Amino acid sequence: MSFLQVLWFILIGVLFAGFFFLDGFDFGVGMATRSLAHNEEERTQIIETIGPVWDGNEVWLITAGGAMFASFPYWYATLFSGYYLILLMILFGLIIRGVSFEFRVASAPEKQPLWSWALALGSLIVPFFLGVMFVSMIQGMPIDAKGNMSAGFFDYFNLMSIVGGVAVVLLSYLHGLNYIALKTLGDIRERARNYAEFLYWILYVGLVVFAILLFFKTDFFQVRPIGTLVTVVLIVLFSVLGHVATFKGNEMVAFISSGLTFVSLVAMIFVGMFPRVMISSISDKFDLLINSASSTSYTLTVMTIATVCLLPFVLAYTIWAYWIFRKRIALPAVQTSEVVK
Amino acid sequence: MEITLRHFKNGGIKMDIVTLARFQFAMTTVFHFFFVPFSIGTAFVVAILETLYVRTKNDAYKKLAKFWGNIFLLSFAVGVVTGLIQEFQFGMNWSDYSRFMGDIFGAPLALEALLSFFIESTFIGLWVFTWDRVKKGMHLFFIWMTCIGTLTSALWILTANSFMQHPVGYAIRNGRAEMVDFFALLQNPQLWFEYGHVIFAALTMGGVILAGLTAFQMLKKDTSAEAKGLYKKSMRLGLVMATLFSALTILVGDLQMKYLIEEQPMKFAATEAVYKTTGDQAPWTLVGIADTKKHEVKYNIDIPVMLSVLSYGKTTGAVTGMDELNQQMKEKYGTTINGVEMDYIPPVNTLFWSFRVMAGFGAWIILVSIIGLWLTRKKKETLYQKRWMLWVLALTTFTPFLANTAGWFITEFGRYPWTVYGLFTIQQSISPNVSATSLLVSNIVYFTVFTVLAIVMIGLVKRQLKNDPTQVQEHDYAQKILDPFDKGAF
Ligand code: HDD
Ligand code: HEM
Ligand code: HEM
Repeated sequence: MSFLQVLWFILIGVLFAGFFFLDGFDFGVGMATRSLAHNEEERTQIIETIGPVWDGNEVWLITAGGAMFASFPYWYATLFSGYYLILLMILFGLIIRGVSFEFRVASAPEKQPLWSWALALGSLIVPFFLGVMFVSMIQGMPIDAKGNMSAGFFDYFNLMSIVGGVAVVLLSYLHGLNYIALKTLGDIRERARNYAEFLYWILYVGLVVFAILLFFKTDFFQVRPIGTLVTVVLIVLFSVLGHVATFKGNEMVAFISSGLTFVSLVAMIFVGMFPRVMISSISDKFDLLINSASSTSYTLTVMTIATVCLLPFVLAYTIWAYWIFRKRIALPAVQTSEVVK
Repeated sequence: MEITLRHFKNGGIKMDIVTLARFQFAMTTVFHFFFVPFSIGTAFVVAILETLYVRTKNDAYKKLAKFWGNIFLLSFAVGVVTGLIQEFQFGMNWSDYSRFMGDIFGAPLALEALLSFFIESTFIGLWVFTWDRVKKGMHLFFIWMTCIGTLTSALWILTANSFMQHPVGYAIRNGRAEMVDFFALLQNPQLWFEYGHVIFAALTMGGVILAGLTAFQMLKKDTSAEAKGLYKKSMRLGLVMATLFSALTILVGDLQMKYLIEEQPMKFAATEAVYKTTGDQAPWTLVGIADTKKHEVKYNIDIPVMLSVLSYGKTTGAVTGMDELNQQMKEKYGTTINGVEMDYIPPVNTLFWSFRVMAGFGAWIILVSIIGLWLTRKKKETLYQKRWMLWVLALTTFTPFLANTAGWFITEFGRYPWTVYGLFTIQQSISPNVSATSLLVSNIVYFTVFTVLAIVMIGLVKRQLKNDPTQVQEHDYAQKILDPFDKGAF
């Protein structure tokens, strides 16, 4: 394994972590449009908190996919063809969510609920199936000597992967609630906090079940005991921190914490997988390894140079864009009456 | 590598995964590419309009920028979601291709995301939500960044596509194509023809859509005087763009054709349906139907010597026919690849007619735009009184979609039987582990989704056009946020 190969393994992890941190709250806000908001006005209010940024956030996923194709083509090929129908669902979710923003604004008022439903549903489907995908992946999938995966229904959907899917949905939802609390004024801000306070309790249950399953259903604790333990502890720690911050009304800390919970989750997956990129349940001889699944060092070098030159700019204007949209959003009526706390 | 062919019997129709995967690729890219040039073209239109607004301080241009901006945003939304499918499907349907090509293909794709998609998506968000909230110059900067994002994204993806048409800067090692020279990929002559042609075609589309939709608006009976004034401005800009860029598209297309004769003579021969090598003064078949079994062309109208003129710019020069080329390729690449019998002749009628559709509409667009410009020249405003001419322009709106699709048909079907020219065949490219059922399901899902998206899209564009530019609404972020001097969320 060369330095560059490990670097790119880490970078793929960073891209997925960035994706979950950023698009995670978009999914949460999307789900909240039909579950937290009470009327179309409030829906507009919370949708506008993500309106200018969701597309940029989604590009983290596109970049992760592109970077995986470029740096680990064998991983990309096995994962994407193996998870065919799951990815089809993810795409379906991303499609209906992606068009809903623009279509909702452009539609006649009576059709707008249709598009906020599309937004909510798409935002639910995507994290659920991403959760199922990653969590079944770490349990090992039937991958043959040629790297082709031919899995059956119960390889994809088992207790652990479903718990994983639900946990990712819940975490996205919480992350979205924290974001709404941070970015709005008025009733909805309070409601988001109340929901979050309650839902964290359910998340804890999910996390405990997940940790137990992780122990029995994967080899993470045997292969990387320390790394796995540390990341699991971090997941719990950031959840608790987020919860406490919600109680205290410290919205910024709550939001960052739920984001970091996601980052720790991705870190756990990547730490436990290392030095593999795909685990074969048929034989560990068929595991896809960082070493053998990667591109040539030439390609990796080109990619590294490009990334080092470009990523700082991307980060700079992304942060700048968030800064421009730093204001809280209120309903017109609330605007003058409520003072920012 | 072995090829696995699985057959799926369904009501007597034999569907193998190669056919299904090819159909899916064609369907999804064609759909994606309805919106790609639409977005590239209209982003440019909007950027020009806003530039005019900032330079002249004339509010008319601001209204127009917002009006056409709304149409651009709809197209962009569909462009984005269909693009996602594109990126995923290389892994999903073409996993052996991804293994073979990943070392080369992945890099441009990742660069496209880093360099273009981030710019596009971030700045479009800024542009949409900051009208009248930031300085005019800053807002203009946002739309130009978006526009540059769309223009450069095309470059990267076409780098990958050009490699597939004409591989350069690689070595075959470890059973795959490995990159040895990144800059060779960027210096691929195929790329620069393709990029020029595609971008000019997209900008042509921007102009044609602007002029055409404006024509639809002008055909309405109850237009206010102010709106009429705005439409005149759109019409002029649209026609100027359409004339200029269609001329450039045709120019580059002609050069590309001459390049093709050297690099992919088979594709060229097929677009002209030349089976037998011609004599020194080659006649050009204007129309005809190729009999792909007997290798001859029927119902043809030929123009003497014209093919030599088109191909070489002079009255002499023979064109090598497909039969001879097929023989040469069989000698070069073998009569079988991985046990599959090879025939190197692409689908002739598809190529032949696609070329006529593309070039025909190209000629039509430039003709119509020049007439339109003539009718709107200084002081004379005959165009706006001539309803039949407005109808012609309105119906021309749809032609660039067809021309673009036809163009890609030539490029992609003409590559048959290769995915990577001379290196890797379509048969070898598929995902061996994906079942025909999965592919069938995904084809049905995409087909349904696209149908719905298309219907909604058309409905929403029509709804936008119910208003006129004097009464556009915009995203109402501006009214919802707090006083800028208040404390923000962060
Ligand atoms: C000549 C230009 C061109 C071509 C041939 C393609 N695309 Fe495309 N693509 C664009 C030009 C473009 C664009 C102009 O940049 C889009 C269209 C509208 C838009 O919103 O961005 C876009 C969007 C777009 C997106 C979403 C980007 C975002 O979220 O901002 C992805 C992931 C792809 N494309 C990927 C692909 C792939 C894998 C292709 C190869 C089969 C492909 N595109 C063909
Ligand atoms: C620039 C990026 C593109 C790449 C990398 C690309 C690549 C491919 C690949 C891998 C296939 C499948 C293999 C094959 O059947 O030959 C294919 C087929 C096809 N593509 Fe493209 N393509 C691109 C753009 C487009 C666009 C924009 C269109 C049309 C609007 C298009 C139209 C088609 C069609 C019609 C087929 C089916 C051809 C066949 O079945 O032989 N392609 N392309
Ligand atoms: C009479 C003028 C034209 C000529 C001679 C011409 C020539 C060509 C040729 C030879 C190709 C195939 C290139 C290849 O396979 O490598 C092509 C492709 C293409 N054409 Fe045209 N073209 C013309 C007009 C147009 C127009 C008006 C449009 C659209 C508005 C258009 C859009 C395209 C597109 C999108 C492609 C596929 C991408 C590419 O390979 O460049 N063309 N054209």
